[in-house]
Amino acid sequence: MTEIRHLLDPQDFSVEELEKLFSLAEKIIEGEEKFRNVCDGKILATLFYEPSTRTRFSFEAAMLRLGGRVIGFSEPGSSSVMKGESIPDTIRTVGSYVDIIAMRHPKEGAPRYASYYSPVPLINAGDGGHQHPTQTLTDLFTIRQTKGQFSNLTIGLCGDLKFGRTVHSLIKAMSRYENIKFILISPDELKVPDYIKTEILDRNSIEYLEVERLEEVIHYLDILYMTRVQKERFFNEADYIRLKDSYILDKEKLKLAKKDLAILHPLPRVNEISYEVDNDPRAKYFQQVKYGMYARMALILKLLGVM
Amino acid sequence: MLYIDSIVRGIVIDHIKPGYGFSIFKYLGLDKADFTVALIMNAPSRKYGRKDLIKIENNIDLDLTMLGFIDPNITVNIIEDEKIVEKINLSLPEKVEGIIQCKNPRCITSTERSIIHRFILIDKDKGIYKCEYCDQIYSWEG
Repeated sequence: MTEIRHLLDPQDFSVEELEKLFSLAEKIIEGEEKFRNVCDGKILATLFYEPSTRTRFSFEAAMLRLGGRVIGFSEPGSSSVMKGESIPDTIRTVGSYVDIIAMRHPKEGAPRYASYYSPVPLINAGDGGHQHPTQTLTDLFTIRQTKGQFSNLTIGLCGDLKFGRTVHSLIKAMSRYENIKFILISPDELKVPDYIKTEILDRNSIEYLEVERLEEVIHYLDILYMTRVQKERFFNEADYIRLKDSYILDKEKLKLAKKDLAILHPLPRVNEISYEVDNDPRAKYFQQVKYGMYARMALILKLLGVM
Repeated sequence: MLYIDSIVRGIVIDHIKPGYGFSIFKYLGLDKADFTVALIMNAPSRKYGRKDLIKIENNIDLDLTMLGFIDPNITVNIIEDEKIVEKINLSLPEKVEGIIQCKNPRCITSTERSIIHRFILIDKDKGIYKCEYCDQIYSWEG
């Protein structure tokens, strides 16, 4: 019997495995009709212990487009979890009904714990502030599709780089490719944690620059990954007022950027990207959402062993 | 120098960091032993200056993982007929289960009832472990 494969951490897949996954996702985009029934008779369970409509819909749409079916809950209040059922019991039970599980949980490490008891492949669909590997797959696949490569890129990460788990995962993931440079754009209070700099960037001899203002560096960038800056993360009002406009991408700032820049955002956005940017061909964040679904389709196929 | 008889058959836990002897003594349940035991604190040591050591006149089962985690510099000597027949040098264990608790309130270990707290050694030189579930760092030296 082959070992069950899960996706718990963005680093679970090697660069080679990721490439296979992304070429499959690309094949799906090129000929979706060929994949419409490949999961006929298969069931995905979406176990969402905290609401996340966006991620849940992406998983469910992915499975439905492959011809599979979906069961699950979108908040623990409507399930036996409220009666105090443990994760192992829930997973063993649900695992008896379905072929694959996508699990979101507010507690860090819950999907890893669940995977020890799961009789079927389990995907971490986000565990608190810890990991969100399918967001990383989404980001990587978007980079691949818009830039055609993973190497020789200058990537700007802008906004909250301290608490943003998607930013940390993306740095780790992109550090595995050649000739990558990072420009880290954030207020002092929201800089990338030291361990990312020492253990990932310095250890892999990756060039990086830390700046406070987007307009100073936007012309260098091949990719701009925007995140939300929340007022409550600042220590004082004065700093927030001084810096808040530096983290809003608008047409004026975009005038300084390269013609082939790709703008990404994990969404939802609040005001960090002006609506006027949406129609610019460099805005890729809605395409990113679609790429996320295709990446999840490919992931489901891989973990089920269908492809 | 304080003189304590050598033992005929049993175990000597040597090179314990000064101050740790008593907690190991308690952890091994030696305070309730019905055989001869000795806890020696602050004995002179050529290697470390001072050391604690425990002499046990009996063969008991030792959890070497736990001992290695408390103090990786410990040496365990197995004694037969007043002679050392085996010398075990401990080291930090690769994995520790159910010994330390994850302090991250957002970790799944904080809510699941029967979960075993498990830490993985990630830096042998600095004695750094991480929680298997949430990656929270635990430093052996505190």
